[in-house]
Amino acid sequence: MTLLQHYWPVFIQGFGYTLLASFIALVGSLILGTLFAIMQVSSMKWARVFGDVYVQIFRNIPLLIITLFLYLAVAKVIKMTGFMAGTIGLMLYTSAFVAESVRAGILSIDNGQMEGARANGLSFNQAMRYIVLPQAFRVALPSLGNQFINLVKNSSILAFVGGLDLMYQGNMVAATSFDTFTTYIIIGVFYLVITLPLSYYIQYLERHLKRKA
Amino acid sequence: MVTLGIFDAFNGDNVNYLLGGLGITVGVSIISVILSLLAGSIIGIIQFEKIPYFSTFVATINNIIRNLPLLLIIFFVYFALPRLGVHLPIFWATVIAMSTFESAMLAEIVRGGLESVDRGQFEGARANGLTNGQTMFYIVLPQAYKKMIPPIISQLISLVKDTSLASGIVLAELTYRGQIVYAQNTTYIVPILVVLTLVYFLLNYGLSLIAKWFDRHLA
Repeated sequence: MTLLQHYWPVFIQGFGYTLLASFIALVGSLILGTLFAIMQVSSMKWARVFGDVYVQIFRNIPLLIITLFLYLAVAKVIKMTGFMAGTIGLMLYTSAFVAESVRAGILSIDNGQMEGARANGLSFNQAMRYIVLPQAFRVALPSLGNQFINLVKNSSILAFVGGLDLMYQGNMVAATSFDTFTTYIIIGVFYLVITLPLSYYIQYLERHLKRKA
Repeated sequence: MVTLGIFDAFNGDNVNYLLGGLGITVGVSIISVILSLLAGSIIGIIQFEKIPYFSTFVATINNIIRNLPLLLIIFFVYFALPRLGVHLPIFWATVIAMSTFESAMLAEIVRGGLESVDRGQFEGARANGLTNGQTMFYIVLPQAYKKMIPPIISQLISLVKDTSLASGIVLAELTYRGQIVYAQNTTYIVPILVVLTLVYFLLNYGLSLIAKWFDRHLA
């Protein structure tokens, strides 16, 4: 408890950076991921290939490698801090998973919706935006929620590049206080404050959707 | 003579060193997969069986582990458990941390798979005189596993990727050894990271192709 009192500002700062990185990466990956999902189902071949290649590459390599690449190689050309490199890495990585969830959502929507919308004079983009995507997001919601939980957990990758997040600060506190046990328990509780309520909400959503189906 | 091209990063010594790291990555992955498949199945069945209090307790612990960052669990096992008198060598600390986390993830998949099996299968088996245990092992689990194989393989892909996190506690697996190699010379950074990307990609893309094959042939 004295540890918590003594290092309270440090933990709070770390928690703030974790929240900030998660929020930026969430918004960014939702936008990017949706774009890639649309590319994957579009009728243009180059868009499909590009979307597929992006998703396959980023889904199959470790987030740590992406982050190290940004921090050690890209940062030489475009100046960025560890926090920025980590957050951008997190966003690029998560957008591949978001794309998969959204694509599955789009494919679950009956083709008639798209055809009906097109027959009524909407362009492909309009039909996608006003008819298909709103329905697809509802289907994809539980799996997007799981991706968001993974994103929050994965934000601990920032610790590798000096990203000032919860995990990074936790390692600092553990190294200065020598009380590794209490420190990591406290850090764990901070993460659970974000992820556990989300996880129970998603389980509720899934049950709710199943009952409706 | 001293022309440091990007290919110098891959002289014989470095390649051997990296291959050794790949061996450790694959070793950690395989042992963790086996342990977490066993533990995950047991935990999943306990959650599914709805034993009063016990199942709720197990489900709660499982939810807590599932919602923590794996990196935190690895640090906890390696740096915090010694304070309780549990000293693990680094390789086994990684394996224990990975297996704990992955079995929590797999337990969810197993529970979901069991719930997707029609109730009639249980009732039919019980009506034909099988015991509860026999029903589970001969009738329900085989059907559930068939549906679970694709999600289990994608969890496996996560596991292989996540072994890179063990470089945080200085386990000499592939990513860590890559870092050691490019520490020799900064011009090695890009070529080494590109090669690491390729190696992880090939491992995991192979696994994802297997998942796809199962998806097509079992669905």
